[in-house]
Order: sequence, then C-alpha cells, then structure tokens
Amino acid sequence: MTQTLDFWSMMFVFVLASFIGVGVIRRVSRLLHTPLMSITNAISAIAVVGSIIVTGADYPEGIRILGAIALFASMTNIVSGFLITDRMLKMFKSERKPADRK
Amino acid sequence: MSHGIVQLAYLIATVLFIFALHWMNTPATARNGVYAGVAAMTIAIVVTWAQPEVVHHGWIVVAILAGFVVGVPLSRVPLTAVPQRTALSHAFGGLAAGLVGTAKYYLWFSEGPENLTTFRMVAIIVEVVLGFLTFTGSLMAAGKLQEVKWIPQRPVTYPLQNVSNLALLGTALLAGVLLTMHPAAGWAPMVFPVIIVLALLFGVLLIIPIGGADMPTVIAILNSYAGLAAVAMGFVLDNKLLITAGALDGSSGLILAIIMCRAMNRSFTNVLFGAFGQTQQVKAGGDQKEYKSETIEGGAQVLEQSNLVVIVPGYGMAVAQAQHKVRELYDQLKKRGITVKFAIHPVAGRMPGHMNVLLAEADIPYTDLLEMDEINPEMPQADVALVVGANDVVNPAARTDRSSPIYGMPIIDADKARTVFAIKRSKNPGFAGIDNELYFSDRTWMLFGDAKNVVGELVKQLSGPGMH
Repeated sequence: MTQTLDFWSMMFVFVLASFIGVGVIRRVSRLLHTPLMSITNAISAIAVVGSIIVTGADYPEGIRILGAIALFASMTNIVSGFLITDRMLKMFKSERKPADRK
Repeated sequence: MSHGIVQLAYLIATVLFIFALHWMNTPATARNGVYAGVAAMTIAIVVTWAQPEVVHHGWIVVAILAGFVVGVPLSRVPLTAVPQRTALSHAFGGLAAGLVGTAKYYLWFSEGPENLTTFRMVAIIVEVVLGFLTFTGSLMAAGKLQEVKWIPQRPVTYPLQNVSNLALLGTALLAGVLLTMHPAAGWAPMVFPVIIVLALLFGVLLIIPIGGADMPTVIAILNSYAGLAAVAMGFVLDNKLLITAGALDGSSGLILAIIMCRAMNRSFTNVLFGAFGQTQQVKAGGDQKEYKSETIEGGAQVLEQSNLVVIVPGYGMAVAQAQHKVRELYDQLKKRGITVKFAIHPVAGRMPGHMNVLLAEADIPYTDLLEMDEINPEMPQADVALVVGANDVVNPAARTDRSSPIYGMPIIDADKARTVFAIKRSKNPGFAGIDNELYFSDRTWMLFGDAKNVVGELVKQLSGPGMH
C-alpha cells in the first residue's frame, strides 16, 4: 500500500516538474541554447546523489565499485558542465569594450 | 542527519535548479544561473555524503577527485568541440544511471527477493535500458562529431534496419517483463546482463543510420534520454530531487529537439529512422550552370557603399577558423557607420545555439546576433548578404523545389538581399550533400577561397589607404 502511494507521489512530482521544465526552458534565450545544454548536463548529474550512497554504504565490494564508477562519471559531468557553461556565458557581451572602439 | 533536514536540503536544491534555468532567459542574468546550480549541487552532495548509511569514504574521495581530473580539461575544449563534449557528457550521464540501476538490482537480489517489488523492477529496467542505450548512443554521436576514423560519417543503412532495431529493443523489453515477473528466480541474475548488452547494442544501432546534418537533433534527443534515465533512477531510489532535476533535463532536451526538427522541417521519426544524407547525390543534370565570381577589390567596394550588411555564418566559417577575421570585418564596416547584423539559423552549427557561442567567442556583441525569424523581414533592405561557410540554410530550393530533400525547411532569405556574396572554398555541395541554387542567382557573386583568407583580404582592402 505505501508502495503504491510512493509511486503516485513520485509520478506527480515527475509530471509537475516536467511542466515546470517546459515552461522555464521555453523562455530561455535562443542565444544561449548551447550553454543551456551544458548546464542541464551538469544538473542531471544529480545522479551523483544516488552514486554516493551506493559507493559509501556498507554494501558488497562489487556493488560499491559500480557506484564508484557512476560517481566518477557524474562528478565529471558536474565539474565540466558548470565550468564550460560559465566559460561560454562570460563570452556573451552586449557591448564592445571601450578599447575595441576605433 | 534527520530525514526532515535531508528532505529540506533537497527541496532547496530543487528550487535553486529551477532558478538556474530561469536565469538563462537572458545573457544578462545567465551567470547567476551557474552559481545557483553550483550551490544546489554542493548542498545535495554534502547532505547526501553526511547521511549515516555512508560509512566508507575512501572511494568517494577518489571518485570525486577523478571527476575533477577529467572534468576540468573537458571544460577547456575549443568551442568547436563543444558538441562532442556535450555528447560525451550524455554518455557519462547514461552510464551513471545504468550502473546505479545495475548495482541496486544485485544488491536487492542479494538482500532478499522481497526487496524486488514489481514497481522497483519496472523502474530499474527502465533506468538500465535508457541509461545504457544513452551511453553507447552518445558515444557514437560524439565519435561522429569528432570525426573518429572508424565511425562512418555518412549514414549506414541495411535492409530491414528499422525492423531489426525495434526487434532488438523489443527483446530487451520482453526480457525486462520476464524479469519483473520473476525477479528472484535462479536464472534472473543471468538475464539481467542480457538486457544490459541488448541496450548497449541498441544505442549503437540507433545512431549508425543518422547522418552528420541531423546531429544537432540527435544530441538534443540524447539529452532528453539522459534526463529521463535520471528520473528513472529517482523512482528506483525513491528520491524526488533526482526526479525533478531529471525531468528538467528531459524537458529541456525535448524542447531543443523540437526546435531543431522544426528548423529542418523534419519529424522525430524521420530524423531517427529516415537515414537523411544518404540519397541526395542525385545531381540535377541537364543545363550546365555557371558561377559568377567577384574580386576582393570589387567585393570590398560594394561592402563599403552599403548601409546594411547581413552576414550569414555557417559551420564552414568555424571549420576555416574565420570567426576572428569576420569580427575584424565587422569592426571595419561598423567604423564606417554601416549597420552589420548576423543572421543565425537554428541549425547553423553542430548543436542548438552553437553559432552564437562561436561568434560570442570572437567578441561580437550578442545584440547583433539575430535569429532567422527576426532577420528575414529585413533581408530585402539589406544591401549585401555575405554568406560565410553556410550552404543549406540559404538554399532557396527549400522554398521552391519540391524534389529537394530540404524542401520545406525554413531558410534565411539571403537571396532577397540586393547583392549576395558567397564565400566558398570549393564547388562541392554542403554538409547535407545538396547543390545550392543561390550560387547561380543573378544577384550572387562568388568569392572563391578559404573563408579565413577571403575575409582577411576584404579586411585588408577596407583598412588599406585607398579605401578611405
């Protein structure tokens, strides 16, 4: 019984979050679609949360190794995703630096 | 740490993630989005790590450090390589989901069959199938974009391809159903790897028939899959933060894929199963058409006498590394009081928004980067449309020629400008392999040569003493 309740509450969260996602993403500037993709890469690496538990809990070693690889993969996405997003966003300027004029 | 505090922290992280995406709606606030995202991720990691069931810390530290060691260089790739990096990161996301799903299955199996409820099994199968197919599919996409030698660039097709692919996926899902009904059977741990292998194989076969021109859409679709794999992981682990963050990622990929499809006048199924770029080598034979070419001096003179110049960049510009020369040309024209705008087609680069990033890197203000729908009404007023390395996105055949494979695709109306200059390295067709009528129009003058050299020569002419 609790299990089906869990399922439905998770389903509600999923559907509502998808609608919020569509609403928010539709308004993202088209200029920024590449940075958008890299930041969502980083955000979906929230899988790191699951990987930490699997890696660090008192489970058999074989299972923890799978967790550690997953943790490495997620962490790579977090680090490279946020860094490259920021690197790209820094390049978007509305005006030229005064030094560039004439 | 108590359950309530953990949930509160996850809730805060969720809100911060939503703000992170919200702030991406304008370049002015976008960097705040990154800070919000980093804050949310840090909160989530710290709180999770501090949970009492996490008792071994060594491997966590090692994996996190390894993530930094690989992640930092991956964030410094040239901007032309960003599509590959993005595809690679979808692969990592898919791998993580697949591995955690696998770990959870064997863990629950060893702890006792009562753990493997139907709900959990369905979630695990979805997570593992989506995760592993995203893993190999994204690796293939990254390989194609990187132009790795042993991965064919052109679509690979064979008879009954779609049928056999679907049969493969069907077999994987059937095995999944079987496993869900008998999760604790003696043979179950043997069937699980079969599902993994089938999903890995399906990922490869899914990407093989897709051509280079469709990569922007494919990356967006894989982005969506990576997000959905994270959602499935959230269902497995009963973690709502994973579900929300994954859903945000999934919807983002979906919207970008729809935008890309619309920009090419294609449907999802056509991109995934259509093997575009395969059969367009049929040349419209018959009358031999002639290019008219223009000298650099003549081109510079026309440019100098213009009021409005629209530059239409394509990926060829980036291949030739001509962005910075284009910026110099922009400067020279601006100095003369000429209005210069860039017309950006949604599929001008190799991923959504790619061209904007390449031009921003060359220090061109984003206020002069206009998307197709904004610039097209202005095209008839343009004195010059300068096409730099673009081909299919300015091909009028998309409007007129029903037999053309790009018929119906929205294009930038370069042909409506008073004069068109098209810089082209050779007389070969473009990325999608289609001949371009624009080059034979009465108003069009070709500037043959490497884009970087040609634009460089134009700049030299304009900055030279004779032109003031």
